[in-house]
Amino acid sequence: MLQIDTWKRVLIILVCAAGLLLALPNAFYTRVEQSNDARAAMEVQGATAELTQTAGQWPSWMPSSLVNLGLDLRGGAHLLAEVRVGDVYEARMEAMWPEIRNALRGERDTVGTIRKQPSPSDEIRIKISKPEGMTRALEVVRGLGRPIQTLTGAGSNDIEVRGAGDEIVVTLSEAEKLATDDRTVRQALEIVRRRIDEVGTREPTIQRQGADRILIQVPGIGSASELKAIIGTTAQLTFNPVVSRGTDAEARAEIGQKVIPALDQQGVYYTVEAAPVVTGEELVDAQPAFDQNGRPAVNFRFNTSGARKFGDYTRDNIGAPFAIVLDNEVISAPVIQSHIPGGSGIITGNFTVEESTNLAVLLRAGALPAGLDFLEERTIGPELGQDSIDAGKVATVVAFVAVLGFMWASYGLFGIFANIALMINVGLLFGLLSLIGGTLTLPGIAGIVLTVGMAVDANVLIFERIREELKTAKGPARAIELGYEKALSAILDANITTFMTAVILFAMGSGPVRGFAITLGLGILTSVFTAIFVTRLLVVMWFERRRPKTIEV
Amino acid sequence: MRLKLVPDVTSFDFFGRWKLWLGISALMVVVGFASFAVQGLNFGIDFRGGTTIRTQSTQAIDVGAYRDAIAPLGLGDVTITEIFDPTFGPDENVAMIRIQAQDDAEAVSAETIAAVEAALLAATPDIEFVSVESVGPKVSGELIQTAVLAVSLAILSVLVYIWLRFEWQFALGAVAALIHDVVLTIGVFSELQIRFDLAIIAALLTIVGYSLNDTVVVFDRVRENLRKYKQMELKDLLNLSINETLSRTLMTSITTLLALIALYVLGGDVIRGFVFAMIWGIVVGTYSSIFVASTILLWLGVKRDWTKNTNNTGNQFGDIDA
Repeated sequence: MLQIDTWKRVLIILVCAAGLLLALPNAFYTRVEQSNDARAAMEVQGATAELTQTAGQWPSWMPSSLVNLGLDLRGGAHLLAEVRVGDVYEARMEAMWPEIRNALRGERDTVGTIRKQPSPSDEIRIKISKPEGMTRALEVVRGLGRPIQTLTGAGSNDIEVRGAGDEIVVTLSEAEKLATDDRTVRQALEIVRRRIDEVGTREPTIQRQGADRILIQVPGIGSASELKAIIGTTAQLTFNPVVSRGTDAEARAEIGQKVIPALDQQGVYYTVEAAPVVTGEELVDAQPAFDQNGRPAVNFRFNTSGARKFGDYTRDNIGAPFAIVLDNEVISAPVIQSHIPGGSGIITGNFTVEESTNLAVLLRAGALPAGLDFLEERTIGPELGQDSIDAGKVATVVAFVAVLGFMWASYGLFGIFANIALMINVGLLFGLLSLIGGTLTLPGIAGIVLTVGMAVDANVLIFERIREELKTAKGPARAIELGYEKALSAILDANITTFMTAVILFAMGSGPVRGFAITLGLGILTSVFTAIFVTRLLVVMWFERRRPKTIEV
Repeated sequence: MRLKLVPDVTSFDFFGRWKLWLGISALMVVVGFASFAVQGLNFGIDFRGGTTIRTQSTQAIDVGAYRDAIAPLGLGDVTITEIFDPTFGPDENVAMIRIQAQDDAEAVSAETIAAVEAALLAATPDIEFVSVESVGPKVSGELIQTAVLAVSLAILSVLVYIWLRFEWQFALGAVAALIHDVVLTIGVFSELQIRFDLAIIAALLTIVGYSLNDTVVVFDRVRENLRKYKQMELKDLLNLSINETLSRTLMTSITTLLALIALYVLGGDVIRGFVFAMIWGIVVGTYSSIFVASTILLWLGVKRDWTKNTNNTGNQFGDIDA
């Protein structure tokens, strides 16, 4: 006979109630969102009367997680950036050269004189005058390598050294490159995160994607180019001694010097010492400010070691110019007027207020270890998102009503049972989405509508089966029982296969498509649950109360 | 009183002209392929790289003026289409501008976009740029690969699952139906030159899922009937199974179509292509589960002796108790 244990009934009802309770905040989206924001603000800056009132819009004992709205619904900017991991190799190799030079000088008797040869940026080529000493030279340079830890545990070194004729070629080893890449991307990710946090937008998504990419999604920002202005700049700040100033981009520079253009004076080039006195890494603070002439500028402060280096240099070089260099452009090249001991200073240039504010943010957050290439950028206006939400709402309601009406017309009372289950189903779907912090996108709304259409499938299978069984079976109770029993394998097979495609879509897709996969997948779970548990419970409870001699499905 | 789509008992003969049906399907697949080969798909920027700008203005859209404004920038192939949609208000004039991928840039540079926006603003002062999307050629190439991989993987996993749960003949039938649906959908997109973007891949996979859902329900009944009627001719048995599940097949297709049509009409133009793909897929998927999957099953034949290992083979979950 039709029987469901009491504990199972309680469990089913509890699951539904919990799901609906979790879904409830979404029905009051704006109110809950404001309340959540106010609570978050209170944690940071303490309670004010206004914040407490806003927070009180939604009772604190109620669940307050909301479904995240994707960028296509909320509006905002999306960027996919690739980190130029190769940039770091160059710096590594440059740093390697003095070390190699010193080591080889000690072996002058065997290897002769050494000279650095022009080479691609990710390797060093050194010519030695006594090729017969090559074996010893290689040995010495190899000795500079540091062992690195790898997963395989093999004793690999961070550099690879080989001889080519009378030249020694030094490159980073593959293992070291991989490790460096990983470090670079993680650093870049951290810097991007810090910069975006500094600007203070809400709920940004900053994720690593694949080996060397970073996905950045910031809701509510005006455009992707605005976002790029914040994260696109490397912001490597250095203070270099100036050797000379001229107008020739091709001016000859001694080894250890370089020629870089001025930022806002067309055609002016500075020759500076390549090794900086102090770099932006030693900054502890930077704030937008105004100089004594009332022009926008940036105030900065060094940490202790930076302050000492800066102080020593200014003491020893009074009267000499030094260059403030940002990303290989000279912002300004003031002449040192006096000893600056305190470790703080001011950067002036032809800034606008906005530029000086941005520069301060960039300097505070730190420099990117490598440049970024933007592979994909999308800006979605908030109005378009709102239009999509509105259209989606209307479509969902109409779809819902159409399906409810159709089910009722086809199956009568049983159709109503299925309809109740369908409503619970959509509630559960939203509850689950809120619980796991899933993101709702426009295709995700399509996924919900599709779920509304397909969710009744399991019930249809069962009801059709009950109809069939009624023709042959012995009485309505037996028919209902057989209907559920025999339809089960078809329901499971059909839904497992659809679920598999949802999983593949989730794994392969990104952004909006992934949003679709989430609602489709969760929708399958909830619809199977409601069909085989909820409608069954409804049917059984009705049956127990009425005990009908005949039923019509 | 009750709405009944099909009578309680039907005995349509679905296989009287099975060669004809299979022939028609094969022909459609060939046509779909040919259209794809000759015309190709109207790939969106997801797959081809480039930039799309969606503009909105209270003034009527003059495509010629837009074109003249952008032409001096020398950006190569620029497509401008006006979008009409019943959900738009009277003052909403929306156009979509697509600029091809510029050779050297990874994504289209900010300057290019700014230049286009400035040119358009000069032509139509109240124009707004409601969305700007730009995809570099590097990513679009990868997106194509991922999409092809996703669809193939879905089909492959289905093949394995059905093989495990049924027999290989069922698996082949189901997969033939899936390929049929996917090819026909791609064919329609290439024939009508509807924009084919990333969301359409999601739709393709949903079609795969839905068509399969339908096929599996029929196959499940076939399996059951194979145990019940050991002497019945395969053709009659398949006919019986399809007739028995016909009511359910139509019910589910109609509820799903009802929901999707609501979305198609009211859901706005942004996802219309996506919804169109699904509607088409559901019609084709319903057809193919009967006329392709089952017909191939009939053609391949099937092991008739299911007695030896009926100990819940293929029904391992059948005794799950609620």
